[in-house]
Amino acid sequence: MTPDLTAPAARRRSAAAAGLVGAGVMAAVDEIVFHQVLAWHHFYDRGTPDLALLSDGLLHAAELLALVAGFFLLGDLRRRGALVVRAAWAGVLLGAGGFQLFDAVVDHKLLRVHQIRYGVDLLPYDLAWTASAVVLLLAGAAVWASARRAAPEGGGPSGSRASGGTTGGGTPGRDA
Amino acid sequence: MTPGTAPDPAVLAHAGHGTTAAAWGPDAVAAALLAAALVAGYVLAARQHGRRVLRPWPGHRTGAWVTGCALVAVALSPVLAVVPGDASRHMVQHLLVGMLAPLALVLAAPVTLLLRVATPGVRRVVGGVLAARPVHVLSHPVTAAVLHVGGVAVLYLTPLYALTTRSTAAHVAVHVHVLAAGYLFAWALAGPDPAPRRPGTATRLVVLVVAGGAHAALAKLLYAHADRLPPGAVHPPGDVEVAAQWMYYGGDVAEVLLAVAVLAAWYRAGARRAGGTARRVTASSVPATAAARSPGAPATG
Repeated sequence: MTPDLTAPAARRRSAAAAGLVGAGVMAAVDEIVFHQVLAWHHFYDRGTPDLALLSDGLLHAAELLALVAGFFLLGDLRRRGALVVRAAWAGVLLGAGGFQLFDAVVDHKLLRVHQIRYGVDLLPYDLAWTASAVVLLLAGAAVWASARRAAPEGGGPSGSRASGGTTGGGTPGRDA
Repeated sequence: MTPGTAPDPAVLAHAGHGTTAAAWGPDAVAAALLAAALVAGYVLAARQHGRRVLRPWPGHRTGAWVTGCALVAVALSPVLAVVPGDASRHMVQHLLVGMLAPLALVLAAPVTLLLRVATPGVRRVVGGVLAARPVHVLSHPVTAAVLHVGGVAVLYLTPLYALTTRSTAAHVAVHVHVLAAGYLFAWALAGPDPAPRRPGTATRLVVLVVAGGAHAALAKLLYAHADRLPPGAVHPPGDVEVAAQWMYYGGDVAEVLLAVAVLAAWYRAGARRAGGTARRVTASSVPATAAARSPGAPATG
């Protein structure tokens, strides 16, 4: 564990940890809303090649781990006084948008693991899926820019932090 | 079907599985007695620990052990008759015996407890076993994952499953393998009992994702070919499709619980490392992690 994080490093790590959570949450929303509630997606698509089953399984397992690991990494940053809350929110949006874009392009179109909905014209659904991804990514980029602006010159992670610890040098007293 | 009612002939036809679901057969009674004995032994050892080490053995560890033993006993008891469909019931049984119960048992740290209360002779034997090379190979997360998920693949993709419905010996052997491999996998990944040369957290998480992914893929393969898997067509396809979904979502639950166990250990180790750095300045020069990793050093309770 690196005891002292510079402000940019704390921002990046906050965003990365939260990005895992964002991607995991988006995957969970996809699973719960579209598979279970709306039943638009099928549990298994008869057109799925067998190889895609394995990649789909690996992706699914990685999503679950991302959600759990993201929370633990955020907890670790917070414990060290290095959590930048605004950068973390940027990470959530970027992670969610990134997952959505990946789902739209790789899962639906390249691997053809499953489609969004069956028995309908797919184009509007695919467009809406991709557009939602782009909106999330743009929002994430905007929040990220504001997190960078909010950081004081040469200082540590800025005012919008949950834990009141100091910055740059890690938690005081822990590594004296 | 409810416990106590006469088993219908269709269920009896699937001998091994049918009897466990229908009534208190000899295997269900044996499992319950074994579970009770294991709980009694553990509780006695925990009390011994309190007397000898003068520090109470943590209650949550005892709770985990009782939970694990209870899950095994319930999984093999007629209580499981509440799950409709032979294939589904069998799948739920495997989820309990092979995934949830082992994790609970592992979190109870039975080897640590044993090392604390046993005589020096027993301790030497346990230390010798943990230091043996075959144990190093066996307890590596990759080996454990292959035995755990590979065992499931062999069960559902070969005629082994059909055999377990005819032969009680095969049925019992599969249950024992599923429990042992599940325990090995959870121990290799999450501790808290000492393991020889346990790889770092990142490696163990990669193994978890690959094993979870393979398990999920197997579940979908079973669903996709429910008309001819498991070979021998012992169950109606509709039942197998439901069982495959139990497998998929049950595997998710198990993966999340294991991930939490692995990462919680990492998080606690982070606190120890931070504390260790501070101490090292003033006193000790032994890295805390080296002591915690060595097979002989019992994990903290």
